[in-house]
Amino acid sequence: MHQSPSNAMRHVYGWLLLTPAAILLIAFTHFPTLATIYESSFSKGNLIRPSRFIGITNYESMLEDPIFWKVLINNFWFAVGTIPASVALAIAMALLVNRALPGRPFLRLAYFTPTILPMIAVANIWLFFYSPDIGLIDQILGWFGFPGHNWLGDPATVLPAIIVMTIWKEAGFFMIFYLAALQNLPPELEEAAKLEGASRWYYFRRVIFPLLMPTTLFVLINAVLNSFKLVDHLFVLTKGGPNNASNLLLYYIYENAFSYFDTNYAATLTVVLLAILAVVALAQFFLFDRRIHYR
Amino acid sequence: MFAKTRKTLTRLAMAACFSTVAVVAQASTELTMYYPVAVGGPLTKIVDGLVADFMKENPDIKANAIYAGNYNDARIKALAALKAGEPAQLSVMFSIDIYELIEQDAIVAFDDIVSTSEEKAWLESFYPTLMQNGRTAGKTWGIPFQRSTIVMYYNKDAFRAAGLDPENPPATWNELVEVGKKLTKADGSQWGAMIPSTGYPYWMFGALTMQNDQVLMNNAGDTTYFDAPATVEALEFWKNLGSKHKVMPEGTIEWGTLRKNFLEGKTAIMWHSTGNLTVVKKKAKFDFGVAMLPASKRRGTPTGGGNFYIFKKTTPEERVAAMKLIKFMTSPERSAEWSMKTGYMGVSPAAYETQKLQDYVKGFPYAAVARDQLEFATAELSTFQTGRVRKLLDDAIQAALTGSKTPAAALQEAQAQAKRLLKPYR
Repeated sequence: MHQSPSNAMRHVYGWLLLTPAAILLIAFTHFPTLATIYESSFSKGNLIRPSRFIGITNYESMLEDPIFWKVLINNFWFAVGTIPASVALAIAMALLVNRALPGRPFLRLAYFTPTILPMIAVANIWLFFYSPDIGLIDQILGWFGFPGHNWLGDPATVLPAIIVMTIWKEAGFFMIFYLAALQNLPPELEEAAKLEGASRWYYFRRVIFPLLMPTTLFVLINAVLNSFKLVDHLFVLTKGGPNNASNLLLYYIYENAFSYFDTNYAATLTVVLLAILAVVALAQFFLFDRRIHYR
Repeated sequence: MFAKTRKTLTRLAMAACFSTVAVVAQASTELTMYYPVAVGGPLTKIVDGLVADFMKENPDIKANAIYAGNYNDARIKALAALKAGEPAQLSVMFSIDIYELIEQDAIVAFDDIVSTSEEKAWLESFYPTLMQNGRTAGKTWGIPFQRSTIVMYYNKDAFRAAGLDPENPPATWNELVEVGKKLTKADGSQWGAMIPSTGYPYWMFGALTMQNDQVLMNNAGDTTYFDAPATVEALEFWKNLGSKHKVMPEGTIEWGTLRKNFLEGKTAIMWHSTGNLTVVKKKAKFDFGVAMLPASKRRGTPTGGGNFYIFKKTTPEERVAAMKLIKFMTSPERSAEWSMKTGYMGVSPAAYETQKLQDYVKGFPYAAVARDQLEFATAELSTFQTGRVRKLLDDAIQAALTGSKTPAAALQEAQAQAKRLLKPYR
């Protein structure tokens, strides 16, 4: 059958419209991903031994690398520690500043301030909060007679210390999304709930929270991504130490690529990171999608 | 018609003339160098000032000095710039990056650049100890610039308050423990001593092992001695300062905040780079002293800091210009000025013979401690695969200090892995 020229033109026109976005996606997303996978199947090259194809050997040595497992477990606890706490805190803060309060703009700003600051600046501030004896935390504890603690120098406390800082940094950011969502809720719902004699908690649990689910999905995905990609603070605070107690996957990738110049092993680790993020994001979309009421 | 053509030709000729002039004016060489700062303070301003002075003396060379973060960042930025085709002709980078830079085929040996006998003599004009990290395989690859050793800063007021002689700082490990016990206050408001164990733990450890008469690696950079009995003993001593003698906080001690701890009187003694000297001098509100590190079997410290390297991807003209810049920055006069402003060492004996540094040392004798200590100094840990090998040792040190492994076990593990990494290089 003969295709009408106008129809063919429509196709060309459509593809032309898609081209800019497609070029960007391919150049900055798809090509790097494929290049990473390709790189990960080669050995590290140097003057003595040039790089050569070694198949999955990098992956095998990764599975035997104790630091890889260490950073993976650390990352798991980092995610578990930061995500629920920062999301819960964000909802609580949003509910608080959504009410009529004196000085509400200032309160909102105060909650949002940590988000405005760059992570490196935040880490520099907290480095002094956490420093033993002279730090803010130890000085406050000192008033109550507690001895100083080496927060960042003790493998048992270093990861929790970083988790607390990250929650402080992230909750304000998520609060903004919840605040916007709360302001979109029709006020009739609250009036209706009051008429029916529902308690505040019941109203939150049965009305507000379900209506916030689209926001929660968005925030959760962001929180999960952040728990894997936010490592700026490690450069300032701990460099992954002591003895990798606070090392995270992305920081370990950085170390391999730039401190050890082992870009091939770094590529191997990056493939793992990509796989984890893809699985988590897909799982969230499939699991949550059914429970979310988009209006 | 002819007239028109002639006019055009004249114009073209004129344009050609102008462009030739422009080319002549631009014939100056442009240099880009990256440099790191590891100890804070206004070092960037000082480097910028030195480079500006250089350009005043050499108007045909335009030098851009780019601050590039700490030593790691500087190496990453310089190498990334090279790979991306950005021009960088020389850089100050970690003296211990030498093997990595050679392996990456990034730098050129100075022996292949110097031509005159005067220049060859210049290569020999620096302190030999400072050249240890810059020489391998019979060639010189790095010229010392911002070089340091570790020194012991101590709070004389705290010494007096504890009934100790402020002019007699601890000279041996035993004295350090004794003095430390007297200086440590039971309520935790003042510790006896602090040795930083983040950032550059292997560097501090290099001092302790040298004091125990043990080096950490061989000259060829292919063998480490992490599990030697004297190495283990040194780590045990470090750990015991915290866990047994209680003169130092347990766990790791932050490199970045240590100077503040010292300045606020939270520790009476700190081991730190000489690069801190001028800042401590300006900011200490108490009477402080600087001494060589104490001895176990002998005194000892590693040298540290940054060397000048010239990159391989350079034209002959650029190499000449780069050499001029390096010679200027390391000349006795400039090296003396640099040392006075920062606390880093003068890099050649001639620097300490300049009038201004002699006067300065007369008024402030601590400025010469690092130089005097050179006699006992050794090279900083540097091997092939240096990033990984260093990290192995760092992790072992931190594991021992935080009590998650015994010093012996941690070091044996590190040694076994280092051996595996270095096998192909032997």
